[in-house]
Amino acid sequence: MSIFDGLKFRKVSSPIHKLDPRVKFIYVLSIFTVAIIFYQVIPMLFLFVLQVPFVLLARVQRQWLRSLRGAAFLAAVIFAVNVGTSYFYSGYKLAPPAVENAVALTLRFVVLVESFSIFFLTTSPDDLGLALEESHVPYEFAFAFTTAVRFVPVLAEEAQTIMDAQKARGLELEKGGLMKRIRNYVPVLIPLIVSAIRRSLELAEAMESRAWGATKRRTNLYALKLHRGDYALLAITVGILVASVYVRLYVPIPTIVHLL
Amino acid sequence: MIEAKDVHFSYANKVEALKGVSLTIKDGEFLAIMGQNGAGKSTFVKQFNGLLKPTLGTVLVDGVETTKTTVAALSRNVGFVFQNPDHQLFSETVEQEIAFALKNFGFASDVVEKRVTWALELLSLSQYRKTSPFLLSGGERKRVALASVLAWNPQMLILDEPTIGQDHEQKEKLTQFINQMQAQSKTVVIVTHDVEFVAECNPRVVLMKEGKIVAEGMGKDILTDSQVLAESSIVLPQIAQVFTELSPLGFPRNVIDIYEAEKIILNARESRRMP
Amino acid sequence: MAVIETKNLTYTYPGAAKPSIAEVSIKIEKGEFVLITGPSGCGKTTLCRCFNGLVPHFYQGDLKGEIKVAGEDVVKRHTYEMAKHVGLVFQNPENQLFALSVEKDVAFGLENLGVPRAEIRKKVDWALNQTGISDLRERSPHEISGGQQQRVAIASVLAMEPEVIVLDEPTSFLDPLSAQKIFDVIYDLNRTQGITVVLVEHRLDLTAKYTNHLIVMQDGKVRFEGNPREILSTEETRLIGVGIPKATLLYQMLKKGGFDVGDNTPLSSEELANQLLEAFGAK
Repeated sequence: MSIFDGLKFRKVSSPIHKLDPRVKFIYVLSIFTVAIIFYQVIPMLFLFVLQVPFVLLARVQRQWLRSLRGAAFLAAVIFAVNVGTSYFYSGYKLAPPAVENAVALTLRFVVLVESFSIFFLTTSPDDLGLALEESHVPYEFAFAFTTAVRFVPVLAEEAQTIMDAQKARGLELEKGGLMKRIRNYVPVLIPLIVSAIRRSLELAEAMESRAWGATKRRTNLYALKLHRGDYALLAITVGILVASVYVRLYVPIPTIVHLL
Repeated sequence: MIEAKDVHFSYANKVEALKGVSLTIKDGEFLAIMGQNGAGKSTFVKQFNGLLKPTLGTVLVDGVETTKTTVAALSRNVGFVFQNPDHQLFSETVEQEIAFALKNFGFASDVVEKRVTWALELLSLSQYRKTSPFLLSGGERKRVALASVLAWNPQMLILDEPTIGQDHEQKEKLTQFINQMQAQSKTVVIVTHDVEFVAECNPRVVLMKEGKIVAEGMGKDILTDSQVLAESSIVLPQIAQVFTELSPLGFPRNVIDIYEAEKIILNARESRRMP
Repeated sequence: MAVIETKNLTYTYPGAAKPSIAEVSIKIEKGEFVLITGPSGCGKTTLCRCFNGLVPHFYQGDLKGEIKVAGEDVVKRHTYEMAKHVGLVFQNPENQLFALSVEKDVAFGLENLGVPRAEIRKKVDWALNQTGISDLRERSPHEISGGQQQRVAIASVLAMEPEVIVLDEPTSFLDPLSAQKIFDVIYDLNRTQGITVVLVEHRLDLTAKYTNHLIVMQDGKVRFEGNPREILSTEETRLIGVGIPKATLLYQMLKKGGFDVGDNTPLSSEELANQLLEAFGAK
């Protein structure tokens, strides 16, 4: 699914990639907040355009566009549902404000997807794990996260091997009605699950053998340090938040309908 | 039985794993495909049962192009035993596990019953008929995987790295098993990097490197050609290593069998009338 | 001073009908390179797990007898305490590397021990150097070969500077060339750093030459212990199912055929070749 392409980390040397993941996350959360406090089209458009310089700086345009394409389907559904419900509730009338409202909500969804997409595209799982650790999340969770990311490609390969092995025994995964097809996956799922269990056992042995649990005060080879770029982004974030609250409270925002 | 003509294959990520491989395997042959990790051995061998189809070139199995048929249809005659039996085992009993493929291929239930019994006996697993495969030891699980492939009696057997994790005795049993299969005129292909094992069985050897076949011939010739081996990162079998050092004595180099080695040395001693 | 000492060590896994190891009494001196071998199921894997406390702490079950490693009573110490003295390298390269980069993996044990960052950095660099993988430090474990993964595993254990490194069939999944590289690394560690090495292996043709202390196990018991040159010459050893190196076998066959190729039982092809050349007067 192309929407997932927009969430996979891409290793590029860009100023955005070098930013502290915690700061980036705070930025994304503020975009999220701003997107929620407004409900008109114009602020959403503004937020959307705001992402573009980040995307260009991070040089992840292609992947970002791909996630846009992936989000397009869901966005269309949201639009259709909103237009549809207002159509039925207002007695089969399709008023322009209602349409504009639907557009705003759709744009809100797109803005949310896109800001998270930039976050994941520019933050390596390593840094994410490190950010979790340094945010005083219990180490077990950060470790579970990085280990999961570490083994996703391994499990994916294994799933393929298992499917091959069962196909070589005459299993035809595409044949049959829905029920049969679901049943066909049993010979693939069971070995996969058993293998995952066996793997966790071996991992646990290796962890114990390397002093897991020796002390509650774990140290770390790496440390996240805040640099100028991080402070700049923090300043921008605060600026956006303050400006948004001000506009929300004091500045009336015209609707497109109103402007036309 | 198998005819590969200038086979090229690239994975989805554009990596070209096979760069023009041509090979003919006759019915009843015993062949070892060797080479370093990443040379393309598994990729090549998966063309034989259609798990992978060539991006260029053709693979003919018993005269049928693999692109024109299904994995299931090809597997009827080409039995593939994967390296890790745990990638296949999923049933509640060994019996059901062995019956799985037979049912997939549409055998009648009385035939299934007979074949299961036959396969269990062949691999000394009869006492485990009603046991869960997950409760068996590593070696036993490997035998269950093997039995489940033999049960449908394919003409050709492909064994992917069958010697990994096996101790000496298990390897001897494997050699005996392969001999048994050969006696039944089955075609056997093993993918391996175990030089000593290949030296003992002395099959036809195909050596691959970076997606191409770089050498082909009888085991004793390929496995003793140090230049060929150095290029493909394979080591000489022990006996061949000894004889390479003995070249000042005028001994032949292409010796991999221990009994032949014994004869050569004792004869040399005789002819030089040594104490 | 014995760095590993067991007396009548017997262990039964929970729910098992019979013990996996029985009455095992061995003594391993500091700095030795010990080789343990035997047919599948002989208990060598279980014995390895006793050395660092996985047995009995991780596996529970019933442990009888005494076992002392680096002066510590394994039963009375947590596994994480034993980890400082004994490093254990497992068979499957993939399943003992958890981090997303090689250097983070090598640092893992030290991080767990709460070692200060600067010291971790130093020890990680040293361990990567010793195992010859400094150029791999930023790579992800999934992208590197099995042989390289095992070297990372050795480095991660080495970084904690244990007195003993135990390796349980570390080359099972590797091709002969990568296997040889691993043996070179551990032999080097044994010689230059004085680390006691306990290696469990089937491939005696590649490893017998490194040791003069061989332990052969069968059915949970120690059947033979001593110099490999003696042990590997006997018929009984062969009958247990141990893979005698071909060079040794050939030497014995020649002897039976009336040709005595020197007093020394060869363990490697080089040794046999040299002895043959001498016998034929070509040296």
